[in-house]
Amino acid sequence: MTGKTPVLRLENIVKTFPGVRALDGVSLSILPGEVHALMGENGAGKSTLMKVLGGIHQPNEGQIIVAEEPTVMSGPLDAKAKGIVFIHQELSLAEELSVAENIYLGELPRKSFGRVDWTTLAEKTNAILKKLNVGFDAGTRVGDLSIANQQMVEIARALTVDAKAVIFDEPTASLTDAEKVVLFEVIADLQSQGVGIAYISHRMEEIFKITDRISVLRDGQYQGTLNTAETNEEGVTQMMIGRKLDLSRNVSHHELGDVALEVRGLSCGDLYSDVSFEVRRGEVVGFYGLVGAGRTEIAETLFGLRDPSAGTILIDGQEVKIHSPYDAIERGISLVPEDRKGQGLVLGMNCRDNMTLPQVDDLKAGPFVSDGAEIAIFDQYRDKLDIRTPGWKQTVGNLSGGNQQKIVIGKWLSMHPNVLIVDEPTRGIDVGSKAEIHNLLRDLAAQGYAVIVISSEMPEVLHVADRIVAMYSGRVMRTFTSEEVTEENLIAAISGLGGDQAA
Amino acid sequence: MATLTKQQIGTVLAKQGILIAFAIFMIVFTIANPKFLTMDNLFSVVRSSAILGIMALGVTFVVISGNLDLSVGSMMSFSTIVVLDLHDELGPLLAIPAMFGMTLCLGAFIGFLVGYLRLNSLIVTLGMLSAIHGLTLTYSGGQNMDIADKEGTWFSIFGQGSALGIPMPILIFLGLAAILGIILSKTPFGRKIYAVGGNGTAATFSGIRRARTVFACYLISAFCVATAGLIQASRSLGSQNTVGQGMELEVLAAVILGGASLLGGSGTIFKTVIGVLILGFIQNGLLIMGLEFYVQYVVTWVIIILAVWLDIAAKRGKLWSSIA
Repeated sequence: MTGKTPVLRLENIVKTFPGVRALDGVSLSILPGEVHALMGENGAGKSTLMKVLGGIHQPNEGQIIVAEEPTVMSGPLDAKAKGIVFIHQELSLAEELSVAENIYLGELPRKSFGRVDWTTLAEKTNAILKKLNVGFDAGTRVGDLSIANQQMVEIARALTVDAKAVIFDEPTASLTDAEKVVLFEVIADLQSQGVGIAYISHRMEEIFKITDRISVLRDGQYQGTLNTAETNEEGVTQMMIGRKLDLSRNVSHHELGDVALEVRGLSCGDLYSDVSFEVRRGEVVGFYGLVGAGRTEIAETLFGLRDPSAGTILIDGQEVKIHSPYDAIERGISLVPEDRKGQGLVLGMNCRDNMTLPQVDDLKAGPFVSDGAEIAIFDQYRDKLDIRTPGWKQTVGNLSGGNQQKIVIGKWLSMHPNVLIVDEPTRGIDVGSKAEIHNLLRDLAAQGYAVIVISSEMPEVLHVADRIVAMYSGRVMRTFTSEEVTEENLIAAISGLGGDQAA
Repeated sequence: MATLTKQQIGTVLAKQGILIAFAIFMIVFTIANPKFLTMDNLFSVVRSSAILGIMALGVTFVVISGNLDLSVGSMMSFSTIVVLDLHDELGPLLAIPAMFGMTLCLGAFIGFLVGYLRLNSLIVTLGMLSAIHGLTLTYSGGQNMDIADKEGTWFSIFGQGSALGIPMPILIFLGLAAILGIILSKTPFGRKIYAVGGNGTAATFSGIRRARTVFACYLISAFCVATAGLIQASRSLGSQNTVGQGMELEVLAAVILGGASLLGGSGTIFKTVIGVLILGFIQNGLLIMGLEFYVQYVVTWVIIILAVWLDIAAKRGKLWSSIA
């Protein structure tokens, strides 16, 4: 692939924000017809780099070179006009409009008196859709499409211009396996037309399946570019985190304590029914199942966000009634929610205030909040969880996903809960921080905490849980110990096949 | 950072825009009319701002919690009328706590609707603006309210008295500002208000009882309104039913001018006090320039727009966004 002129080249890009050097001399080139992975932990600078490329931020130093011409990007539209197109993780489509209208939004073909030329619009759109080989047409309402198909609409939109480079940001985050296959075909097709592809993802298997080269960022610095064929997962991971990663299976060897939480016959309408399990101090119990199996709903019930329709909850052998998160926290039940930004953090508040929020009533000196006590807690958990932030005054919204998650975890740990429930502990978190958080959860169990981990990632539950509760359609299909469980019998249980009824 | 880039200057301008505009305004007015910058005038501005300022203190709590209170103007009329009426019925010693109690009930009602029933605060308080006005008229039978014996009551002390040479309304305003400022910035309750306004869901997920917090903010707002009504009544010892009419907008202007975001989660009492003073000086400047007082209504609106615009501009770092 050498000798070709790069469609897009970044030279020595530096971008600083007050107090942070977000990008520190990043260089990158994307050749025509290649799929080039961009990898790095959260906070490594990938998003900033994309924003510089899209003209949302202007670099302090360095150049963006499109087809050998140094360019200044003034904004996303300008970037698109220059042939650089972004496919974002979060889709930006108007759901009430048709596929065609979405694709040509802002540049609809016109007839006299400014009327829309629907015939031409449909023809142009269908021509593009045909290239993508999708199963819907120009007139379909976008809101009626699956997420995967909506993504195809975004891609179709990209193809209306003469795209030189297409940048995919975590495109498979919400796709099923079958949908991924279609996406990869489209990418291969673009590739064969000589379009350069930049592909941002955390998912190793995809990276190794479809990319030609891999560039790695760490702490805003360019670490190098590898030929995909000449490296492996371990090599890339090591480059990303700057050390070796231990992904071996954890099994606890410490003594288990008393039963901290017991649930008997818990039901909640038609969301789940007759769920029973127990969690001992010192163990991690994993909840695994498909989306809609009722896992999150159980957590929400334990945390007082939903009232159960039947069943009992016992903490330390005492039956308790929990009607609100306030009640739950009083009883020592903590929840690290799935939606970190929406439910876990007040993004506009600083790190310390977020961390001490649930116990702010108890951190008093006289009638006032004690600054010293708060800072002491923050410092302790920043060190313990290795939270990387310039200081406690930093606004939480400015931290990377992994560090934000650690703030949420720290928030609960500092209160020494009886039961810590963690819903999707590593969603949207990069490999390095993922392992850290997994180790952290194991450590917590070793320290005698009772931990519940809800996850839709099988390696995650296999890795951290001592026992796994497999759920299917609102029911507990089977509870596995870590000795019994295999990938096969776990999949069988969560698919509603086999598996003995509740252990 | 030795050299300021153009963008940084822009950000500073956008952030401090109100203060800079205010400084220019003060200079222009002083040149136009030297009377503007005299001790007497400064004093009179602060005194005439005190009632508005006290109401703005309470509304600051409500706005930080992510809600609005447009009922403060008509609630203030209510407090004023009630305390004047009860003054002659019960005597001042009982009239004052009775009026506070009734005003707090109104605040509690709004707090219940917005906090516990989670109704939209704009609709609730806009409705209450009208409903309380009706209540006041019903109470007074549409008549103006006057104290019978204006000479022989100690009730005038709150509006007309002074201590250490400082008029009572100013003392009450600054004293209340100090107390509420400390509550907001130093106590767990204050922290919870910021959390609820910043992200109510996350606050709930952290065990904060959101409804209770919002409820308390409306109680504080009603308390401030009652205090303002007390001073108003005490100053004039007689009043029309409409004495507070339109003040809700001026109060809101002062709060936003001080930099509290209408989205909730930001703002401070200190900044609100600054906002109150800026608004007071602008209105006073216009009067001194010889403009009719009703020009203020237009100016207040212009100030609200300007303040909201600068707030947004500061957040995105430029005056207008290309992605409109």
